[in-house]
Amino acid sequence: MKVFIEKDKKEIDFSFSGSALDLLSQLDVNKETVLVIRNSELITLDEKLVDSDTVKILSVVSGG
Amino acid sequence: MKCSKCSSKAVFPGYCKEHYIEYFENKVKDTIEKYDLISKEDKCVIAVSGGKDSIAVMYLVNKFFGNVSALSIDEGIADYRASTLVDLKKFCTEHNIPLVIKSFKKEFGMHLDEMVKKTSFKPCHVCGVLRRYLLNKHSKDFDKIITGHNLDDESQAILVNLFRGNPELMARLGPSTGLRKMKQFTQRVKPLYFLTEKEVMAYVILMGWQVGFTECNYSGISYRSSVRDLLNEYEMNHVGTKANVVDHFISMLPSLKTKFASNGEPSLCKCGEPAKSEMCKTCELLLQIK
Repeated sequence: MKVFIEKDKKEIDFSFSGSALDLLSQLDVNKETVLVIRNSELITLDEKLVDSDTVKILSVVSGG
Repeated sequence: MKCSKCSSKAVFPGYCKEHYIEYFENKVKDTIEKYDLISKEDKCVIAVSGGKDSIAVMYLVNKFFGNVSALSIDEGIADYRASTLVDLKKFCTEHNIPLVIKSFKKEFGMHLDEMVKKTSFKPCHVCGVLRRYLLNKHSKDFDKIITGHNLDDESQAILVNLFRGNPELMARLGPSTGLRKMKQFTQRVKPLYFLTEKEVMAYVILMGWQVGFTECNYSGISYRSSVRDLLNEYEMNHVGTKANVVDHFISMLPSLKTKFASNGEPSLCKCGEPAKSEMCKTCELLLQIK
């Protein structure tokens, strides 16, 4: 699965199975600071992700 | 997860896209009404950076009341402000909102990046003082300055002032700022006061607006950023922490404002802006920097 982490401007590609919340936990990302986009659509963190998904983790924290 | 209002798939906890947008806009409308933030007669200027919060509040105040103007401050921070101003100009053009941009360079003769090399004050302190000065100076023809401050911003500001033992500054917070109405200050109001950053970002995404993530070069070294991280840790482990901080603060706010409201009328600095003493904070700061 391709995952783009916006804040770090980093893309990673790895095999993953689980919910969006599991993904954030595995990447050690605080769920309060991000939104998850799957295949260009905003999703809730209980959504199951599959390897063919393209995921973006968007930071919601103000940059200023 | 399903929407609590219909059987559609949720895109945000409890809401499908349509009902989330409805929830968000109603919450902004309710905040404006409950705290009497804006009336139909008010001439409003939106303080905008081009980030998600100011874009959302500008769109909504223009939608609810119309006839708004936008005012942005270019501090002169390399690799930061220029990109947000591009998004901002595009949005204002598309929504037919007049935009004025004032810069530190033109107003004070220096970019913020140059100023911070000449002072021991932290960049966020210098930036905050000068930004507030320019916003007030250039909003004299308006009744209200609308800002995009959200629940995260406010809970951070409350804790920063609590940790630093500064109750008078805390008393100036709230949905509408200041201890009392003073003709020298254009009142600043915060329609996004009860919405989290996450909620604002979700609204911006669902509205289809392109607002890229940019981080100020100085944000990592600010006191506020450590409080922000602390609050996010608490929120993750104890849901509702930020709302509890703000709700409890709101209940104390009337007595805080009363306690500090009797402080005297500000005098006028030689620059024409209000000051607590003979000289305003901006002139004091510039004197040290130059």
